[in-house]
Amino acid sequence: MNETILRTEGLKTFYILDVFGTQKVVKAVNNINLDIRTNEVYGIAGESGCGKTTLLKALAAAIEPPLRLVDGYIFYYVDGKPVDVSTLSPEAKRKLRLDYIAYVPQGSMSALNPVIKLKETYRDFIESHVSGKTKEETVAMAEQHITELGLPPKILEAYPHQLSGGMRQRVTIALAALMKPAIIIADEPTTALDVVVQRGVVQLLMDIQKKLKNTIILVTHDMGVQANIADRVGIMYAGKIVEESTTEKIYGDPQHPYTKFLINSLPQFGDKSPRQSVPGSPPSLIDLPSGCAFHPRCPHAMGICAEQTPELITLDTDHKVACWLVGGQHGKTA
Amino acid sequence: MEKLLEVKNLTKVFTMGSILSRVRLTAAEDVSFYIKPGEIFTLAGESGCGKTTTAKIILGFEEPTSGTIVHNGKDRAETKGKKVWQEEGIQAIFQDPFGTFNPLRVVDRYFFETVQGFKLAATKREAIELIDETLRLVGLTYEEFAGKYPSEFSGGQLQRVSIARALLTKPNLLIADEPVSMVDASLRMSIVNLFKRLKEETNLSVLYITHDLATAYYVSERIAIMFRGNIVEIGPVEKVLMEPKHPYSQLLRESIPEADPTKRWSKRIVLAETEEEEYLRVGCKFAGRCPHVMEICKTQPPKDIDVDGVLVKCFLYNGTPATPHE
Ligand SMILES: Nc1ncnc2c1ncn2[C@@H]1O[C@H](COP(=O)(O)OP(=O)(O)OP(=O)(O)O)[C@@H](O)[C@H]1O
Ligand SMILES: Nc1ncnc2c1ncn2[C@@H]1O[C@H](COP(=O)(O)OP(=O)(O)O)[C@@H](O)[C@H]1O
Ligand code: SF4
Ligand code: SF4
Ligand SMILES: [Mg+2]
Ligand SMILES: [Mg+2]
Repeated sequence: MNETILRTEGLKTFYILDVFGTQKVVKAVNNINLDIRTNEVYGIAGESGCGKTTLLKALAAAIEPPLRLVDGYIFYYVDGKPVDVSTLSPEAKRKLRLDYIAYVPQGSMSALNPVIKLKETYRDFIESHVSGKTKEETVAMAEQHITELGLPPKILEAYPHQLSGGMRQRVTIALAALMKPAIIIADEPTTALDVVVQRGVVQLLMDIQKKLKNTIILVTHDMGVQANIADRVGIMYAGKIVEESTTEKIYGDPQHPYTKFLINSLPQFGDKSPRQSVPGSPPSLIDLPSGCAFHPRCPHAMGICAEQTPELITLDTDHKVACWLVGGQHGKTA
Repeated sequence: MEKLLEVKNLTKVFTMGSILSRVRLTAAEDVSFYIKPGEIFTLAGESGCGKTTTAKIILGFEEPTSGTIVHNGKDRAETKGKKVWQEEGIQAIFQDPFGTFNPLRVVDRYFFETVQGFKLAATKREAIELIDETLRLVGLTYEEFAGKYPSEFSGGQLQRVSIARALLTKPNLLIADEPVSMVDASLRMSIVNLFKRLKEETNLSVLYITHDLATAYYVSERIAIMFRGNIVEIGPVEKVLMEPKHPYSQLLRESIPEADPTKRWSKRIVLAETEEEEYLRVGCKFAGRCPHVMEICKTQPPKDIDVDGVLVKCFLYNGTPATPHE
């Protein structure tokens, strides 16, 4: 097993909102323990609004009001030693974040500066990371980097609007890889792209990972994309990881009823029989159901499910599940 | 056979500035297809292939450079210049539900305006009844919807709200332009299941525009695959998606990620550097990426060939249908 590169312990990050004088608390990340390793692609999946983006913000040390770190720790492993991110000064945090972790937020391909050419964007980025480079050197560096990743260098002469969405997304990801960060965090990088372009983006992410032997944390609700790229997958529901395992086990032997729904609701070619989406809709994170947050939608819910929250327990090596049905937490029922 | 909508030889040319110079780009080139009453028909293809352009022309938002639209037996040329699509029973929903509604307005206002505009109800009570009835079709109620702003709905709820608004006027044709690309798999299924139900219960026809071939297979009977302004393959989903004939359809089909880690992609693919480059090709627009490209493909555009009930635009099938070499 590879060594740890990023770890969270009992992580809770909530949006604390003031709505007309009353406080509302959105429990978007609610007690999460992650142990992410070097040289792996860790996938995070779950329905819209379950807290995926919020978790990534916390992992990228980009917690800003109204989001607050309510409890727990985030450790970055720098040269094998854990560094508690919350103890760092904003300046140290910023510096560490630049060299160690690159974050490609959801929708960032639309966030490229529209009024400057891409080579200027690359230059700004390089200058903010390394000092003492001439203009020519930065352009040469950008060109070499783009070419190595199989993208046409002439795009550096283009403005963002002159490129297709798929090309903008690949340019954005390439930029994130420029400083060879130990971790790249990508939030829904393939969503809303068509399948061929999506495959191109996955191909690029894989190329980067192979080349840098680094860690990629990938959020996407697309279970097909996760199956194609992730080494391990964490399934998130209502602010918690409810199942985590190797990709093979998540798809081949899912244990949590929610994971099973996510996989089985996908339409299959050659099968037109009616398929149901996960019944009901995800709960409000302001007003969570008691016990197991999935119980109002779960066909297997039992008395205890509404009363007590199941812990994320280890079933066997590398397979964790939080469900009263599983692992003898509460005798097996069909 | 009865046809609700017929698109005949539609062509749309745009002139636009590119990285290099001004170019004339044919976003829809001789596009023809029809939709039957109570049918879900899919128009699929990658971004920038001309799907939205085709939809906008059907809706009358854009004028075609040439070609005609026949809806309900009426030729669009007769009604040219008038925004008649709503009166004719066509409604539309778009990709981003948050872009459909003004964030500062309560969503129910749109519903009351539509009811008033189309004189669908005489009193406020009747209006509320109608709105509630329509919302129930999409699994919502007036109660949980009244007085809310767009930001107070989740993406999937808001998409269902926008479908409900389109259904208020009881259209016979719904143009759904990428209604599921921004929502997760679970909501995708609930939206396409809704189309299926409306088709069965109210005989609604849907032009389902998407690049999600898995849901296309699931809900529709026939499909057209579009590439750089051209329909390159059209026929029953069972044939086009299960045994795609055009090399581009084959690439699309192979690129759908399967939820099975034992079936990961192994082959590498090439993507177009820019859209224009492909649009401006003189021969087959796919020649730059096609694994089966021949000399003739670079100089002449292929014509439609009927292969086993499917129309295919590819020289591989010229004359005697050839088997594509692996
Ligand atoms: N800035 C914010 N202020 C208040 N609440 C927020 C904010 N951002 C997100 N939330 C809420 O936190 C919850 C989790 O949101 P998050 O963006 O992490 O979800 P997600 O899993 O990434 O969803 P998606 O798949 O739609 O991107 C949601 O209920 C959302 O409404
Ligand atoms: N108003 C316009 N002016 C110039 N070019 C346009 C216009 N609308 C669309 N295009 C071009 O036509 C092509 C097809 O676009 P579109 O119909 O939006 O594709 P799709 O909906 O399949 O993604 C694209 O290259 C696009 O840039
Ligand atoms: S704990 Fe109970 S409600 Fe939750 S997933 Fe398991 S069986 Fe279903
Ligand atoms: S016409 Fe030629 S280039 Fe075009 S798809 Fe067929 S074989 Fe490929
Ligand atoms: Mg998100
Ligand atoms: Mg479009």
